[in-house]
Amino acid sequence: MNTYEWLQTILFFVVLLALVKPLGSFMARVFQGESTFLSLVLAPCEKVIYSISGVKPDDEMGWKRYVGSVLLFNLVLFAGLFIMLLTQHPLPLNPHKVPAFTWQLALNTAVSFTTNTNWQAYVGEQAVSYFTQMVGLAVHNFVSAATGIAIAIAVIRGFVRRKTSLLGNFWVDMTRCTLYILLPISIIAASLLVSQGVIQNFSEYKTVPLVQSTNYDKPKMDDKGNPVKDAADKPVTENIIVKEVQIPMGPVASQEAIKELGTNGGGFFNANSAHPYENPTPFSNMLEILLILLIPGALTYTFGVMVGNTRHGWMLLGVMILILVGCFGVLQGVESNGNPLVAKLGVQSINMEGKEVRFGLAGSNLFTVATTGTSCGAVNSMHESLTPIGGMMPLSLILLGEIIFGGVGSGLYTILAFAIIAVFVSGLMIGRTPEYLGKKIEVREMWMSIIVILTAGVTVLILSGIAMITPQAVASMSNPGAHGLSEVLYGLASMANNNGSAFAGLNANVNFYNLSGALAMTIGRYIPAVAVLAMAGSLAEKKYIPPSLGTLPTDKAPFALWLTLVILIVGALTFFPALALGPIVEQLQMIGV
Amino acid sequence: MKDIRPAILLFIIFTIICGGIYPAIVTGVAHALFPKQSTGSFISDKTGKEIGSSLIGQPFSDAKYFWPRPSSAGEFGYNPLGSGGSNAGPTNPDYLKTAADRVKTLRDSGVTGTITADLVQASASGLDPHITPESALLQVTRIARVRGISEDRLRMVVSKHIEERQFGFLGAPRLNVLVLNLALDGVK
Repeated sequence: MNTYEWLQTILFFVVLLALVKPLGSFMARVFQGESTFLSLVLAPCEKVIYSISGVKPDDEMGWKRYVGSVLLFNLVLFAGLFIMLLTQHPLPLNPHKVPAFTWQLALNTAVSFTTNTNWQAYVGEQAVSYFTQMVGLAVHNFVSAATGIAIAIAVIRGFVRRKTSLLGNFWVDMTRCTLYILLPISIIAASLLVSQGVIQNFSEYKTVPLVQSTNYDKPKMDDKGNPVKDAADKPVTENIIVKEVQIPMGPVASQEAIKELGTNGGGFFNANSAHPYENPTPFSNMLEILLILLIPGALTYTFGVMVGNTRHGWMLLGVMILILVGCFGVLQGVESNGNPLVAKLGVQSINMEGKEVRFGLAGSNLFTVATTGTSCGAVNSMHESLTPIGGMMPLSLILLGEIIFGGVGSGLYTILAFAIIAVFVSGLMIGRTPEYLGKKIEVREMWMSIIVILTAGVTVLILSGIAMITPQAVASMSNPGAHGLSEVLYGLASMANNNGSAFAGLNANVNFYNLSGALAMTIGRYIPAVAVLAMAGSLAEKKYIPPSLGTLPTDKAPFALWLTLVILIVGALTFFPALALGPIVEQLQMIGV
Repeated sequence: MKDIRPAILLFIIFTIICGGIYPAIVTGVAHALFPKQSTGSFISDKTGKEIGSSLIGQPFSDAKYFWPRPSSAGEFGYNPLGSGGSNAGPTNPDYLKTAADRVKTLRDSGVTGTITADLVQASASGLDPHITPESALLQVTRIARVRGISEDRLRMVVSKHIEERQFGFLGAPRLNVLVLNLALDGVK
């Protein structure tokens, strides 16, 4: 890294850390129902919303009703988007006249945006109308993020409350989250993004002349759409001269802001945040990275405030930053070393394949670890073209279970499950009854924590195994050898952990991936959510045990290191064999061992 | 079952707020404060006709122009309707052959010494409007020869068009290929 890159990276973390406390305490006020500086404007809106929708704000829910509301709301979200995708062609704001989705792709996409995954098996600028982008996908970006945050808040209440079965009202948590947190930050962020060149309009696609015309060989097709072959069975091509191109337009900025802030990640364009209209400058790039990490980072402070000891929050944030910076360091190292097979040709040894010039190497790599440590999945470089060990960094961050900052809300509740496992294991080692935050950890909490941390991993490994013996799944690989396995593993890991980024060469719009992916995303989102709410329900009913001499201090550095180890060991034990066959073998091939 | 009503109504209400009011506010702010950026940062020629966007790269292969990065966008490269990268893995034999071909093209055009990575490796968007200043300097000899102007003068044009790091430290220094080539043609 050169001096500028050090400065850029260090300053980034300084800004992020400076925002954690103010935003974290603001969110705590929002979810504890206190008034904030936005209440003057928003409290009346809130009241109207509750009265129209029939929500009684002080009608608190037990864990089962909270789960029921989450699932019911998500079912409505899914159905709404599924229908919109199947009927987008006659709907308004469709200047490029895009057709309807097939039902398999619509199923996959509707599940994807409802579960906060934003896996995209389609090309945005060719397949989706402005209406669907704005009224469908962007709305899901808000409410799926709010759903995740609401669940995390209910889980925190489980730790805080004593001898009650009530965890809060889902409708209120979701509404306040969207109104007070997501919308105001998105409006500011979207405006800043436009200032950098992110577009925001409803114009038709613009046709511009090329300064120098270009040409290419297009395979000839017969009337039925089959390639025409000559006598020697070679495909016939015709040379096409291109004198002008069409540039897509659209309401991008409003979507870009919430896509990063809600750790959704679904790009308006196929190239996602690498596209100059989504991410035009180095500043827009750093802003987008900040938006990705902002809420998951600040939620650790919200957690600290609500449990009455902010050191607990800082400890979790410390673990997250430690692992994130470690992965960034490795990625930066291997990418600046480059690909020896290309360097051999007389080319400078730094890997620029799938990266944009304006961000610089450090700006690309920081985005990569941020988007995969969280469950965002937006990309500003193509992860598929990273060097093998480089590509293993985002893959590993996903496989760890999206806890290194993690998805908005889901990251916090998943790392809390890891904290419980860590407390339990250390409790066994020192012979004490495990306690966390004054609550005794018993069989039920252990069961639920194990379900939370293992569901996605088990799903990934089973589906990857099935993919390897399914001809259609294997035929979708775009790269041969070990890299092809990485492609499939990455895709299924991304879906099961609700990330949404890809080794994008994989041809994912086939029935196998559309359907198995929809299943993986559903399992990966809802089983942990239900388990963690069930755990919160049982925690809330327990009495508080004041810390004694024998209590393991869970707000100090040694516990942070212990938690880091537990996370890394669980990850390594689960995934090392699969990683050894993919990226590790390919790295050895690349360096010529 | 009393939660069915809020589930449906809140979905409708938030569709109106987040899918209607929010983008309307952002569009209003965008057009009032940043009319040029919000509509695509288009460049116009002397007659006011839009001739390209300063953010969307174009393909150049003619010897008299600065060449941009290789592109995998669409069937012919730099097709804005098919943004994206090559998604080639680092050990893919087809990719390594393509890279070797690109090196040969550059060598044939007179480039000597180590070639910059961004001239051989394709961008992520396929529409990257920039190359590094080093990549521009590698091409100066060729363009000066074809256009019949002095290398020193061309170097001055190049250095005049370098975009420095934003605020002095963000990102990387770069050159906008379309803007630079329009300057060579005297259009802009």
